[in-house]
Amino acid sequence: MKGDGEVGGGDRVDAPGDGTPVLEVRDLVVHHGQLRALDAVSLRVLPGEVYAIIGANGAGKSTLLRTIAGLHHPTSGSILYDGKDVTGLRPERRATQGIVMVPEGRRLFGSLSVEENLKVGATYARPGPWTIERVYEMFGWMRERRNQPTAQLSGGEQQAVAIGRALVANPRVLMLDELSLGLAPVVVQRIYGMLPQILGTGLTVLLVEQDVSQALRVASHIQCLLEGRTTLEGEPADVTADQVEAAYFGLAGAATASQPGEGSEG
Amino acid sequence: MSLVTEPTARQAESFRVTRSQRNVAWTGAVALIVVVVLAFFPYIVYSGTTAIMVQGFIVLTLASMWNLLAGYAGLVSVGQQAFVGLGAYFVLILALHGLSPFAALPVAAIASGIAALPLWWLVSRLRSGYFAIATWVLAATIMLVIEKFSSIGGGTGLPLPGFSGMDPTLLIAYTYWAGLAVTVLALVGTYLLLRGRIGLVLTAVRDDEVAARSSGARVGLARLLVFVVAGAGCGAAGGVLAISQLQVQPSAVFSVQWTAEMAFAVIIGGLGTIEGPIIGTVVYMVLQQTLASYNAWYLIILGLVAIIVALFARRGLWGLIDDRLNIRLFPVGFWLRTGDAANRRARDARNG
Amino acid sequence: MAWVNAIIQGVLTGGLYALFACGLSLMFGVMKVVNLAHGDLAVVAGYLAIGIIAVTHVPVLWSFVIVVPIMALLGYVLQRTVLQTALDRSVLTTLLVTFGLSVVIENGLLQFFTANSRGIGASLALVTGAFTIGSQISIAYLLLLIFAVAVAVLLGLQYFLSRSKYGRLIRAVADDKEAAQLAGADYRHVFGIAAAVAFATVALGGIAFGMYSDLDPTTGTDTILLFAFAAVVIGGLGSLWGTLLGGVVLGVAQQIGAQINISDELLAGYIVFLVVLVLRPQGLISRGVQS
Repeated sequence: MKGDGEVGGGDRVDAPGDGTPVLEVRDLVVHHGQLRALDAVSLRVLPGEVYAIIGANGAGKSTLLRTIAGLHHPTSGSILYDGKDVTGLRPERRATQGIVMVPEGRRLFGSLSVEENLKVGATYARPGPWTIERVYEMFGWMRERRNQPTAQLSGGEQQAVAIGRALVANPRVLMLDELSLGLAPVVVQRIYGMLPQILGTGLTVLLVEQDVSQALRVASHIQCLLEGRTTLEGEPADVTADQVEAAYFGLAGAATASQPGEGSEG
Repeated sequence: MSLVTEPTARQAESFRVTRSQRNVAWTGAVALIVVVVLAFFPYIVYSGTTAIMVQGFIVLTLASMWNLLAGYAGLVSVGQQAFVGLGAYFVLILALHGLSPFAALPVAAIASGIAALPLWWLVSRLRSGYFAIATWVLAATIMLVIEKFSSIGGGTGLPLPGFSGMDPTLLIAYTYWAGLAVTVLALVGTYLLLRGRIGLVLTAVRDDEVAARSSGARVGLARLLVFVVAGAGCGAAGGVLAISQLQVQPSAVFSVQWTAEMAFAVIIGGLGTIEGPIIGTVVYMVLQQTLASYNAWYLIILGLVAIIVALFARRGLWGLIDDRLNIRLFPVGFWLRTGDAANRRARDARNG
Repeated sequence: MAWVNAIIQGVLTGGLYALFACGLSLMFGVMKVVNLAHGDLAVVAGYLAIGIIAVTHVPVLWSFVIVVPIMALLGYVLQRTVLQTALDRSVLTTLLVTFGLSVVIENGLLQFFTANSRGIGASLALVTGAFTIGSQISIAYLLLLIFAVAVAVLLGLQYFLSRSKYGRLIRAVADDKEAAQLAGADYRHVFGIAAAVAFATVALGGIAFGMYSDLDPTTGTDTILLFAFAAVVIGGLGSLWGTLLGGVVLGVAQQIGAQINISDELLAGYIVFLVVLVLRPQGLISRGVQS
């Protein structure tokens, strides 16, 4: 099921071409207090990919992204960035190294204007093609409204600013957490429509999405989580709708080669 | 997500909720002996030591009240000296009208508790930082207002009447017993309060306020009760203070130093535990006696130790002891005891 | 006419209170720290100035240049070490720790400087003179200067917060420190900068106060902290110019109290503070740091 070295969509500008993942997670175990949110989850993201993580509410998707971003400490397991272990790095250090997340719910700075939000994102930016100007070019409406407080923007516009804020840091891995939350489908489509532009500058995208069909449309690689465990993994072209459904809801009798057993733990 | 254990309905039947029974009997017996021994002190020790003990009683009472407020109800009050002063002045006023100061003591305590009601109305809706400052301002305001009344001494205060002709040794003994009585009442009262429903409500709030409120706990009422009790307790201590000093001076009884002393004692001893104030008071007294000749040093050291303890040993000295020995002298918690069948099932599931 | 004089005095004193208040407001708005030792820090700055002048005999105005940066550095260090650790524990711990610091500082000052009050003497005519209008209105040059400095500081702060890189970071961290982390900002460092700024302003206020009036170890809590807090409460949290408004209201209330009865100056201020607390209790939720 797992496609090695085969990626769909986007140019791979800075890929070494030898299959070295730009981001790798190994056997990650994360707890929220006594609850085990992630149970030995692993993944490998190759450069230039659009890697989508899907799953129902509470499956652990956002926890996974937040742990990669550094906002949660894993109980065990490791996170590797370009082969280096970054499990112990503070979140701001990961951001300056190139792992930048657009958090769930946008989380814009409410008392700052649109442009100020972007400026904050650019404060500790790495060198690269993305600038505030370029973000304005990508989102045509933004330049005119750059001095407005972000509270006056619509949900979709806020999402755009949040993405822009992450882009101006010039990440190598852009993480998108539940982009579609609270947005109209039309708006969501438009935002996802920007992905090619983003990928075109050499970024890799790791995203979490509750809308499965949307994820399947944009992803080059897909992984499904259920109750903190991986239930499916592969390329969209290689999985059937039934398999996705089974993995999503955890239905018995839909086992595939890459589906780990449902063991019990104490 | 998976829980570590998942009790089924059948297993839940064999859970029982009990109070800690064994410790209480032992602690109660020991405490009784201690109190009896302490009661005999005036007969066996010098009056100088007795006077020091009275100071200790005052601080212990104050500390247990502050612990109730900050450690259990989450109310950090930096103005409890208001009640210390009020208690002292109530005793003074009653003594000026002919009542024996010792008889005035319980009245003063009750009056202080009642005085807490309008004050609570003023500050109850404030959040932590604002609550603290507000209590501070209230105490300062009350002092300024009282200083305006020359009939009770104005800014310089008055000596406490009602002791003329009394034998000094006897006076010290009576003062000592009054202090002992107040302290015992304070500790016992706190213990009973926390073992009851109020204690349950407060601990629930301490863990998760939203959950506590949504399950119907009368949080506001519990906090009000604690504030009133603390007011009464501090008032009683203030009354003992007045008696022990034989005078009431506003700057002495309303000094913020009282709050500093009770807060530091509690923090060092262990915030949120009943045993904490006792240990903390002992530490405070030891420090104060050894450094007494060095003026403000004992407060400086006490303060620094309190800061370090607050940062690095949240539950204070008692917390350190408790973690090692796992004992509770004054148990107020609950134990969840499972039946044997449930234990076996859980064990099997773990090993399976 | 005496009333007019009182009101003018009150307004100008409000500038001093605003100087005390803006640091308190900043620390609460950004880090959610209620610094109960805030007033004592002003007194420390004043005593530092007294000590430096006594030892080195530099002109009084130089003491600002020397003491303020020292206090700013102290603020950064204290925030990164003690206060950050307390913040990581809980709100309660922060309150207890700043209260402890307040007591330690006051008693430390008491131990080393005794309880006698001291002032920072200044012999410049600019500082000791006053100009008069008629027979009943007398405005000390010093007070006017302090008011001007306060306004200048507030303007500077506003510019800093709205235009500079760190000002933006401070506002961002105050809004959402996790999101700021995701943007690459170490919020502990930003907190430190905010604390440094707060300590610098309170140091300015402390030295100014020492020139205008006398300092003693307890002035920090008796006077400065309560009035700083009152100014913040009256003017509204999170608003810099609000602290000026609050300071002015407080100053005027005090002077009116003094007109009624000379010893009621302090009491009048306290009562205004309590009234405002009662009338605006929970509306005091931080909206982040604004100008």
